[in-house]
Amino acid sequence: MTTKPATANTRDSVYGAANLAEVADTGEHVVPDLPQEPVIEATDLNVYYGDFHAVHDVNLAFGRGEITALIGPSGCGKSTVLRCLNRMNDLVIGARVTGAVTYHGQNVYGPKVDPIEVRRRIGMVFQKPNPFPKSIYDNIAYGPRVTGMKVDNMDDLVEEALHSAALWDEVKDKLKQSAYGLSGGQQQRLCIARTVATRPDVILMDEPCSSLDPIATSRIEDLMLEMRKDYALIVVTHNMQQAARVSDRTAFFTARPDETTGNRTGLLVEYNLTNRIFSNPDDSRTEAYISGRFG
Amino acid sequence: MTTTQIKPGRRREEGTRVLDTGQNHERNAGSLAFLVALWCSLAFGVLVLLVLIASTALDGAPRLDANLFTEYSSTLFEEETGVRAGILGSLWLMVTTAVMSVPLGIAAALYLEEFANPTRWYNRLIEVNLQNLAAVPSVIYGLLALGLLALRGFRQTSLVIGGALALTLLILPVIIITTRESIRAVPREIRDGSLALGATLWQTTWRQSLPSAIPGIATGTILALSRAIGEAAPLLLLGVATGIRFDPNGILSQFTALPIQIFTMSSQPQEEFQTAAAAAIIVLLVMILVLNGLAIYIRNHYQRRW
Amino acid sequence: MAVLRAAAFVSVFTTIGIVVSLAVPVVNFFGKVSVWDFLTGTDWSPNLAPQSFGVLPLVGGTLMVTAIGLVVAVPLGLGAAMYLSEYASARNRARLKPILELLAGIPSVVYGFFALSFVTPAVLQDLLGMEVGFTNALSAGIVLGVMIIPTVASLSEDAMSAVPQALRQGSFAMGANRMQTTLRVVFPAAISGIAAAVVLGLSRAIGETMIVALASGSQPNLSADPREGMQTMTGFIAATAGGENPVGSTSYNTLFAVGLLLFLMTLVINVVSIALVRRYRQAY
Repeated sequence: MTTKPATANTRDSVYGAANLAEVADTGEHVVPDLPQEPVIEATDLNVYYGDFHAVHDVNLAFGRGEITALIGPSGCGKSTVLRCLNRMNDLVIGARVTGAVTYHGQNVYGPKVDPIEVRRRIGMVFQKPNPFPKSIYDNIAYGPRVTGMKVDNMDDLVEEALHSAALWDEVKDKLKQSAYGLSGGQQQRLCIARTVATRPDVILMDEPCSSLDPIATSRIEDLMLEMRKDYALIVVTHNMQQAARVSDRTAFFTARPDETTGNRTGLLVEYNLTNRIFSNPDDSRTEAYISGRFG
Repeated sequence: MTTTQIKPGRRREEGTRVLDTGQNHERNAGSLAFLVALWCSLAFGVLVLLVLIASTALDGAPRLDANLFTEYSSTLFEEETGVRAGILGSLWLMVTTAVMSVPLGIAAALYLEEFANPTRWYNRLIEVNLQNLAAVPSVIYGLLALGLLALRGFRQTSLVIGGALALTLLILPVIIITTRESIRAVPREIRDGSLALGATLWQTTWRQSLPSAIPGIATGTILALSRAIGEAAPLLLLGVATGIRFDPNGILSQFTALPIQIFTMSSQPQEEFQTAAAAAIIVLLVMILVLNGLAIYIRNHYQRRW
Repeated sequence: MAVLRAAAFVSVFTTIGIVVSLAVPVVNFFGKVSVWDFLTGTDWSPNLAPQSFGVLPLVGGTLMVTAIGLVVAVPLGLGAAMYLSEYASARNRARLKPILELLAGIPSVVYGFFALSFVTPAVLQDLLGMEVGFTNALSAGIVLGVMIIPTVASLSEDAMSAVPQALRQGSFAMGANRMQTTLRVVFPAAISGIAAAVVLGLSRAIGETMIVALASGSQPNLSADPREGMQTMTGFIAATAGGENPVGSTSYNTLFAVGLLLFLMTLVINVVSIALVRRYRQAY
């Protein structure tokens, strides 16, 4: 990987030397230039809300064992793209999707595909922790129960899911208590555990740390790195340092205003290895954004 | 790094990645049965409403004649009995109730919304009180009016003023609550703007908040009156009789009301009275429908959207 | 300002007025009848010698009719609320809700007539072939239930609509369908508001007068058979009020004793309901 001397300074100013070390730490995790056998692929993806063209011609592939970050200024359509992948946009009245999204080569928007089946395989974690007003235990058991998973022992499954979100030790004595008693960071890890319990192989995260303090954020990031080898993780973040710290690949989106209506349509500018995006981006808009000169 | 050991959860196995499982989870038997049940719940109420109107209209159709409107109630000529006194009595009652309840209700609402300090115990007392009064059974208001008039030494309680007193107390909480909601819907900025120009709180309330809230207040008040006009229980308590054979001519006049006449006629065994009751119900429902239509018209044409 | 405050205090005076106007005749009443006999006696015949003032038959009638009303109103009201809150589009909700609320705008005396002239003869006797009297608790209860459907539906719908969208999204993202989301996430999250709706419906059912005065019968009857006629507390008040009751007479005082009991019952229920609403407002 080549690094232009000119951008090295900029990079340091953005995320600092300490963080660079962390990126280097995880550098042993070798990622191919392009995702091999992508789990999810979006081809010529366009999204409309009524007459409003929200996202234009996005082409992306997401691989297993990788963390992909979607970054860009607000209104650039990154969350919209994320919500297309598990058909959460179906719940928005007037939303329309063209192009294709495939999951292991199967069209997610195929005529005989039930969006609920899609969501059972592609989990999602939201911006604000949204545990159900139930006990911690029931929050985890909810997914397996509603999806009719055959579970030999629900207690074991709950424990396993909580372990996988690094939450077990903190909550093992209060499984029957309300999830609302947990802190924000714990609630978000509970939501991750809840998602893991339904055994997805892709997990979408929509700005999962944006409502959390730095300590809770760092725990979630550690968790993401641990989970990487088992899932395809796709993370929308407005935090560039976070993208640089945890992701293997980064997709940079921007918004282009329509000349007549002024509506802003999101489009993909550049998709590449994270190191490359942050050190040597191909597109000048990417460079402007990551160096903070976006305007 | 965290000290907690992370054990990864099991991932989806190879064989379970097929999306087209042939299932539709929104259209499976359970979901469809549930949806149908919800539909039926909603439809049931509407169905009962239609049956009620249709069966009453069929029952009453033969007596929707001129005599119904021009004659007083008669036990001698059952097939010609009329509800003239009831219609006029109900109108008198409604106007008197409106005159008594509207100023009182608006004044109380203005106080609570614009002037009252909600931390004072007596203002909190009023709040709690209002919530409770809104759910007190109407028959209790009849007892209250009866008791009050008895304490004041009234021998004769079946007067327009007595009935209006009971109905005023009955709908006052409703008027206060809807008026407060209308005032609250006037944006803070409008009030702040007025206050910033140097207007006093009184001027602001009188010239800005209240005029902007009038359509909402009118709608709420008319709906409350349309409830009051159908009430029979409190009037029954005051001893309002059916057999009044003269037009009411003032608030101290004896009177009867349409719901009371309906009640009495329904309780009679004779077929003719049942038919007349059904016809009177149609008249009452039309009066209520007109009031509701008026309320909806005001809401749709004058209510401002902020 | 003082005028406005005085207007606001009318509500307090009303409450005091209710208590005072009930209290004087009630004190006289309990000068003649012991509280214990009143509350536990099973024979109610205040007008015929030998007089007896056991209120339980009236309370029993009230509870029977109210229970039937709730059996009708709670499932139907909740079903309608779930449809409006979770399934209907915003436009359909705006259209359907006022129609449902028309049910609450029909005067109760009209419902009473409907119970007498249609539900009992056409539905219960002809359609279902039941052996019911001209007046019976079942018919009154069913019609009463229809009347309070909007009360239950409207408040429950408010409570369910107040559940944050994030919870629904979380449930859908787990692969739940709409029914599962409605029943397992939205319903439990809104439960205190729904309870308040049911409790308010209960209080309206207990206090409803004209339906039971017409359709439930005028004989005090401590029975568990809803096909029989039975007088309720409000039914007794309505029936007695129509007659001549000179101020201070025993029948006048009896009226107020039953009225006070009714007032206290609804008051307790309302306080519970208000507390429940407050709880669900704080939940999010």
